[in-house]
Amino acid sequence: MKTKRARRPFSKVRLKNQILNVVTNPFNMIVFITLIILFCLIVIPLLQMIASTFTVGTRSEAREAGAAVGSFTLYYWKYILTSYLAKATLWGPLKNSLVIGFFTVVVSVPLGSILAWLIVRTDIPCKKLLGMLVVIPYMIPSWCKALSWLAVFRNKTSGALGFLAGMGIPIPDWLAYGPVAIVLCMSLHYYAFSYIQVSSALRSINSELEEMGEICGATKPQILKSITLPLVMPSILSAVVMTLSKSIGTYGVAANLGNRIGYFTLATKMKTFISGGPQGVGYAMSIVLIFLAAMIIFSNQKIIGVRKSYATIGGKGGRSTEMRLGKAKGPLMVFCVVFLFLAMVMPMFVLVMETFQVTTGNGYGLSNLTLYNWIGAVNEAEKYTSYPGIFRNPEFGKAMWNTIRLTALGSIITALCGQFLGYISTRGRGKWYGSLTEQLVFVPYLMSGVAFSSMYVAMFNRPRLGGIIPALYGTFALIVLTSVVKHFPFASRSGTANMMQISTELEEAADINGANFWQRMGRIVLPLAKNGFISGFMLTFISIAKELDLIIIMMDKHTQTMSYLAFTYSQEGMNQMADAISVCVLFFILICYIIANRFGADIGKAW
Amino acid sequence: MSRIELKHIDKFYGENHVLRDLNLVIEDGDFMTLLGPSGCGKTTTLRVVSGLEKPQNGVMTIDGQEMINADMAYYAEPSKRGLNLVFQSYALWPHMTVRENITFGLKIQKLPKAEIEKRLMDSLRMMRIEEYIDRYPNELSGGQQQRVAIARAVASNPKLLLLDEPLSNLDARLRIDMRSELQRLHRELGTTIIYVTHDQVEALTMSTKIALFKAGELSQVATPMELYMNPIDLQAADFIGNPRINFLEGAATYENGKLRVKCELSEYEFDKADMTDEPIPDGEFPVVVAIRPEQVHISTEKVEGGLPVSVYANQPAGSETLVSLQAGKSDFLAKEIGLSHYDVNQTVYVTIAPEKINIYDAKSTRLIKRAR
Repeated sequence: MKTKRARRPFSKVRLKNQILNVVTNPFNMIVFITLIILFCLIVIPLLQMIASTFTVGTRSEAREAGAAVGSFTLYYWKYILTSYLAKATLWGPLKNSLVIGFFTVVVSVPLGSILAWLIVRTDIPCKKLLGMLVVIPYMIPSWCKALSWLAVFRNKTSGALGFLAGMGIPIPDWLAYGPVAIVLCMSLHYYAFSYIQVSSALRSINSELEEMGEICGATKPQILKSITLPLVMPSILSAVVMTLSKSIGTYGVAANLGNRIGYFTLATKMKTFISGGPQGVGYAMSIVLIFLAAMIIFSNQKIIGVRKSYATIGGKGGRSTEMRLGKAKGPLMVFCVVFLFLAMVMPMFVLVMETFQVTTGNGYGLSNLTLYNWIGAVNEAEKYTSYPGIFRNPEFGKAMWNTIRLTALGSIITALCGQFLGYISTRGRGKWYGSLTEQLVFVPYLMSGVAFSSMYVAMFNRPRLGGIIPALYGTFALIVLTSVVKHFPFASRSGTANMMQISTELEEAADINGANFWQRMGRIVLPLAKNGFISGFMLTFISIAKELDLIIIMMDKHTQTMSYLAFTYSQEGMNQMADAISVCVLFFILICYIIANRFGADIGKAW
Repeated sequence: MSRIELKHIDKFYGENHVLRDLNLVIEDGDFMTLLGPSGCGKTTTLRVVSGLEKPQNGVMTIDGQEMINADMAYYAEPSKRGLNLVFQSYALWPHMTVRENITFGLKIQKLPKAEIEKRLMDSLRMMRIEEYIDRYPNELSGGQQQRVAIARAVASNPKLLLLDEPLSNLDARLRIDMRSELQRLHRELGTTIIYVTHDQVEALTMSTKIALFKAGELSQVATPMELYMNPIDLQAADFIGNPRINFLEGAATYENGKLRVKCELSEYEFDKADMTDEPIPDGEFPVVVAIRPEQVHISTEKVEGGLPVSVYANQPAGSETLVSLQAGKSDFLAKEIGLSHYDVNQTVYVTIAPEKINIYDAKSTRLIKRAR
């Protein structure tokens, strides 16, 4: 079936028609404009950041590098790789990051997988309720968890006592701060990746496969080991990858729990350099982070690339019979309850209670309870403080307004772009622009939040392309833009899934009936995409509302969000107020989650 | 009402050459069926005609007006070609009611309200689905959705109606009903119809003409009867007809305007008048004798010109009976109307009218002697 096409002689009419065919088709123009925008928002910033690690940035750095400002230099790379500071700058934090990543995987992946198996596959009681409760800890932002960790374990090292220390239980530093605290905190957050991945894989496996094993005479542990586990292995591996790359890049937890005792990870150290200089060093470190994430993800694709496919085979129907737990039911139920208590009830309780305490760690006696942190005025304070209660603090109002403004604006734009990008990648499937769009959109996924935003800071700290791209540093617009582009991979994935459901024939039918491109979009595609759009929007909304890592570099007094305000208060030792703000954020997110559920949004799709 | 002419159409998907130098004329008022196994290019041809695909080579005209000129990279838009298409999946817009589905195109053309209403009601009445006017597609059965899809296509008064395997998603009974419905539609509208199917019964029963496809090329364009009586090559003969045509190996010589054929059944002599224009090899050459099962007449008693053969198996199926027969080493099938019974290994006598036999050159696989 292969024949070469003949070349035709040149003809003016032909050329004119060819150009007209391309130009008069709005779809082509949209693809063209989209690719240009993606190029400006993703490729140029990346190149710009790489370039800035080779260019002398400021005058003081010029003196040390021995070259003029703006000239080529290897100073920054030498700084992190070979200088006498390299160990403290790169290798130490890198080692810390890897250790944290490794142990987070070791704790969270088995935890999430076992929970998934229990809830999907066994006859554990109250399955529905458990299934709903078990994702709630994931709704709590990870930095919020760090704050509740502190509320429970804080000891004398950072001033005010936490819940346990206040009860007279001596809390050693290694438990309250540093790697152990960070790993446990992250595990209580990122177990959700494994839970979501494995539970959806388990749901797609036909239980007849397991029953066949039973008929062959295998015991329950044997079935688990040699049938169930291999079938969900690809999902477990991809959960490992996600957990690893996320935990290496996470800033909020590591900063809250590590900075006070001088324990730095790559992400926290990088932030120090980007806000304190030399920025080139920070950018070089973020390239190291991107490289690390890319390596992890691509090695994953190499290892499970082909085998990945069978996780979804047989996804249709398939009967599912529950495995009877028998005697193990009691202990396993206790395990679930203990998990929920530790991950959700206890930290939430302590966090909420702390907001009412005069002195943290002093118990819940009436004399130690106050509403000051919520509604107090400055002169009513029992202890010296310059801040009024958060509801009287204009900064809080501003931060709340910023949060709502950012999440609403950011998620609307992201969800719209996601549908759009999804449309281009589905309709261009197998064509060069389809795969190019998909690949460009995937790039932000490789970067941790801090690395990504540092790239944007590098890009927009002065006008680019002769003023076509203005300097946005310090503006609210930049924060919105960063949030939008960072969420592209997820949004376009949900857009693609959505657009796949709209058969091209529906559009072709409209085409034949005389509808032009815009009429097809407006009357056929958009109305049909509506539901997917709403659920995609709600999930992005929650994700942006939780965000701290991504925007922390860009925040200042005017643009700060609630997450950032809580973070600064916590750093200043204003624990109760930081907690009060976290409680507000949590409340906000839970409400959004409930609304999102109404629209059928599946939390399993929100990374 | 229109005449479509496709000239030297080539369509590539990447390196894959799916339509190869396609030439086809569809006369005004024809019910032209594009028939062939899946993947042979019939749907692609339909999409080229509709304008949803752009061929790399060739010219297409509708009523003498150029719609495709690949040399000039000119492709008229689908909506400017005066045609409408019924998709295999029906492609009804799920968020619109039957009324909205049908009037969508008319509103886009900005027809006057009264005209839209008239066309809506006419097409609904023609497809007998007036009562479903305010339903959504998912509230209709497959057969009803099918009718809505056709009504939507008809409402735009197309000069040319394209149908892409419209009956393949219906159950067997509904399919037979819809066949007569489509024939009636063709008669009432007088529109030229291009119909794609892989089902030969649909093709034979409804069309005025059939274009038989083979791997991206046209192998034969003929009326249904001609296609059935004289398939142009062995492959076409094998594809058309159910139960399958019988093939018997034989040898032939051509001398003095007479074709002599010898096979295990008998010896035949045919006149030059019955022969096609295919080149005839010299001397003795291998041929394939093709006999339709219904042309084999069985008699239990010895008859004039009857050949003794033995019964291998007997399959009565109510309205017809299939009988497997053996003559020497060759097996062949006979089809009788009604119920009849033969014992296994019973000797029976068969007669076959020589003028109903097709002879194919075994080497070129082409038809050399036609049936009458």
